[in-house]
Amino acid sequence: MTVVDETGASAVLRRDDALLRVDRVQKYFPINGGGILKRNVGDVKAVESISFDIVPGETLGIVGESGCGKSTAGRTIMKLLDPTDGKIEFEGRDITNLTRKEMVPLRREMQMIFQDPYSSLNPRHTVGAIISAPFKVQGVKPARGVQAEVQDLMARVGLNPEHYNRYPNEFSGGQRQRIGIARAIALRPKLIVCDEPVSALDVSIQAQVVNLLEDLQDEFRLAYVFIAHDLSVVRHISDRIAVMYLGRIMEIADAEQIYEGPLHPYTHALTSAVPLPDPNAERKRERILLKGDLPSPINPPSGCVFRTRCPKAQTKCAEEIPLLRELAPGHFGACHFPEEKTALIRG
Amino acid sequence: MSEAFLDVRDLRVQFPTEDGVVSAVDGVDFSVEKGKTLAIVGESGSGKSVTAQAIMGLINRKSAKMTGEVYLDGEELVGARPEQVRSLRGKRMAMIFQDPLSSLHPFYTIGKQLAEAVLVHQKVSKQEALGQARDMLARVGIPNPERRIKDYPHNLSGGMRQRVMIAMALLNSPEMLIADEPTTALDVTVQAQIIELLNDLQSEFGTAIVLITHDLGVVADMADDVVVMYGGRVVERGAVEDIYYRPEMPYTWGLLGSVPRMDTDRGERLEPIPGQPPSLIRLPTGCVFRPRCPYHELVPGNRCDTDRPALDAVTPEHSVRCHLEPAQRREIASERLAARGGDVLGGGAGGDGLGATRTATATMAAPVQTEQATTTTPPTPVPADQPTQEDQQ
Amino acid sequence: MGAYIVRRLVAMVLMLIALSMIVFLIFNALPADPARLTCGKSCSPQIIEANRHRLGLDKPLVNQYSEFVTGIFVGRTYGSGTATFDCHVPCLGYSFRRGEQVTDLLWNRFPVTGQLALGGFILWIVAGVSSGIVAALRRGKWQDRAIMGFSLIGYSFPSFFIGLLLVFFIQIKWALIGFDGYVPLYEDPVGWFKGFILPWTSLALISAAFYARLTRNQMLETLGEDYIRTARSKGLRERTVIGKHALRAGLTPIVTAAGLDLATLLGGAVITERIFNLNGIGNLAIGSVLDSDLPVITGTVLLAATFVIVANLVVDILYAVIDPRVRLT
Repeated sequence: MTVVDETGASAVLRRDDALLRVDRVQKYFPINGGGILKRNVGDVKAVESISFDIVPGETLGIVGESGCGKSTAGRTIMKLLDPTDGKIEFEGRDITNLTRKEMVPLRREMQMIFQDPYSSLNPRHTVGAIISAPFKVQGVKPARGVQAEVQDLMARVGLNPEHYNRYPNEFSGGQRQRIGIARAIALRPKLIVCDEPVSALDVSIQAQVVNLLEDLQDEFRLAYVFIAHDLSVVRHISDRIAVMYLGRIMEIADAEQIYEGPLHPYTHALTSAVPLPDPNAERKRERILLKGDLPSPINPPSGCVFRTRCPKAQTKCAEEIPLLRELAPGHFGACHFPEEKTALIRG
Repeated sequence: MSEAFLDVRDLRVQFPTEDGVVSAVDGVDFSVEKGKTLAIVGESGSGKSVTAQAIMGLINRKSAKMTGEVYLDGEELVGARPEQVRSLRGKRMAMIFQDPLSSLHPFYTIGKQLAEAVLVHQKVSKQEALGQARDMLARVGIPNPERRIKDYPHNLSGGMRQRVMIAMALLNSPEMLIADEPTTALDVTVQAQIIELLNDLQSEFGTAIVLITHDLGVVADMADDVVVMYGGRVVERGAVEDIYYRPEMPYTWGLLGSVPRMDTDRGERLEPIPGQPPSLIRLPTGCVFRPRCPYHELVPGNRCDTDRPALDAVTPEHSVRCHLEPAQRREIASERLAARGGDVLGGGAGGDGLGATRTATATMAAPVQTEQATTTTPPTPVPADQPTQEDQQ
Repeated sequence: MGAYIVRRLVAMVLMLIALSMIVFLIFNALPADPARLTCGKSCSPQIIEANRHRLGLDKPLVNQYSEFVTGIFVGRTYGSGTATFDCHVPCLGYSFRRGEQVTDLLWNRFPVTGQLALGGFILWIVAGVSSGIVAALRRGKWQDRAIMGFSLIGYSFPSFFIGLLLVFFIQIKWALIGFDGYVPLYEDPVGWFKGFILPWTSLALISAAFYARLTRNQMLETLGEDYIRTARSKGLRERTVIGKHALRAGLTPIVTAAGLDLATLLGGAVITERIFNLNGIGNLAIGSVLDSDLPVITGTVLLAATFVIVANLVVDILYAVIDPRVRLT
């Protein structure tokens, strides 16, 4: 089908060596309404035409508040959900319409890590069985045997290999997340989609897991899609960051630029809202407080979806959907009236 | 300290379980004055939430053992009759919780739940109580309070629900508010609104706030004083500047080193605390932090394993529970802070710090090196009121 | 809400139609020949064939079913000429064995079952729910252990066993209550009560045990909810916290279970009616099964099913009334 480039996708997707290319991907969830016949009365527009690409070894952070569609985006990229529209390419191959079965071989290349280390591991399987599952599914037989390979993996992610036969409930939250990571890297994938991988963990454990993810990236040249609501963590781990709001990408830029010089008013408000662990800096900071609540993703505002809460909104914002355009080199924003590129007050 | 509105002394809470006695709170001391905010910082299992519930008298006395003293405006609560504590709850001290959705009754309207809080402490009519509820909803920034009091909690957004909780807590003009992770379940832009609201209300009503959180950003934004808890004990206590710019306890260093910051160089590695939090059933005999502490070898004679360190005063406002010598602590602290980048430091403690950047592993793995340094270069203590950030602008 | 109820009612009718078809099919698949059953032991094939014709059993199955359905709405007449039986609306069939039309049989038997079910239900709800609440509030204390102990015993006994025990000890051995059987309330209130007290008790004991456990678990879960902590932190008295905040939420799921259980009972308490010789729907159903009285079996099955289906709808609506979060769409 012909997709109208209403989001500026062609501007964003320029890298030829992209490992993953997400081109105007859309995900709607139909709603069945009341009435006697329960017809489809509308859609939850969870992801509305998002585009980005990732090169090997790169981390793209997707950040946004609850309801912005970042998790749905992650699941759609992984083809755990079928996109309603758009195109997903992995290593140049169109995987948009692959069936679940056709996706199986590709799972060696792309893996996922989930938020909740408690519910994402089967409590009845041993850690050994959990981490070796990918070998079984893919029919891979490691040269030194599955157990030796799994124990290597366990050691690599900081678990005691002797705990091979233990069950998930014998591990703490941080250790469980390590189990999930070991499972994800078992087949040496090229891409891992991490959906809020550290949100459920304590601060000190969070840092352990973040460091582990960074080490593994260096070692295996992994590409990450790192989805999280915590802007500080995302900024720390990502090379590039996409900021989402109500299903759309508002801004994509290098991680530094997102905080130093956000061009989209939403990004600006978001970064200014994150409190710094620095009392003196906090006392001097000025916040942009957003008014009101997130609009419904069923009936998003016309034009720019952020306009209802934007301090700079004007009539044009209601009439015209802003394209994602390159406002500065490598820095894309979807805004009719972007912020002046001035560095934020540091501290 | 005599003017403290809340004064907690040697508070202990133990829960007997099948696996043994859980010492959730193990000797906690702190106090808060009116108009001030005290933050209790810690991770899960540190005992911070249990401390809050113990102060509020929300611990079931039949299933837990509670000792120590809690003075609310001079009135002791631990030994008081439950009815006595109940009559203070919601009137002189109030509490808000982490998850506003589950904290509001799903079957009753907002108005009803608010009016109930008025009616239990004031002899007024239902109409009058509802009126107070409406006014308070308007005060906490809820548009259309007339309509909202007829809504059920699930009709509201997360931020609105937390505003309702705050309104409910403030209805009887309490002199103290305990906020247990008040923004953890909220989005960051909503969090900013709630923090601003709490700060505003505090300056308007002069409320003493006890803020319980794991988020060091929120603490920096709200707190005057900080209590750092670990394994049920207070491990460090001081003014917010003490804790952020002159921390002396290895656990506090670890916490500060674990959080990524928006405003520093991205390339730096985080410095996590190794290991796992302790089980509260078999706490280590000496220092609770000993199993995760990279510096325990610096203390001679295995004292970290055997002796429980006391909460020693560094300055009248700043105390720390650690066997390391004060000079040693300051030395390590200034090195670690320097490694985190210059703008973390308060004033003269370390220049721009970039030259001193070291990886976490080096600091953690080779603490012994610092032992000799302690005697040669004592760091300069920094006055608390010294302006520190101008040069960063 | 309105559209929801309409949709549910339509679904209900469809379900009943499907059910009646299934019952009808099973009816015809059974080895028993309904025509053969219409006359005594010394029956000639001619009489059987004549009866078969009179009952319309010689017609194709589809016609039989359509006549059955027509009978419900407009009534029907069996046989022809002089030997006819009128079966008035709603006609669910005619029992030649008992010489009565099925609807009349059900109608006459229902009061006994209804009173048995309602009385037992009230007894068990009151006993079960209140002891469950006590157990939850005194968790771990002797009251909790005693109630849970009793409920475990009650729960593990089969219902006929408790019924028989009651009959044996109270009626026979100690002769506390005579075997007077069912007496209508308006004739003799004392006799009525005497007749029902044992069946009620026997019916209630086991269900009360089940409800005590259910209530205790629900209450314990509710007492651990965050909003209970909020209620306490407001300074509400413990009485209000339990009575207003905990009970309302804790007992909501009980409504579902209770509604369905009552409906099942109204369809006939087979064992209890049998033991205490109460001529209710349950006894009628058992009798008709033993006699292979197929029209009556069909009637009792459809009646019981209707009760359950209606109760389902009522419970769902009730749930939405109690819990504002539930939206019926």
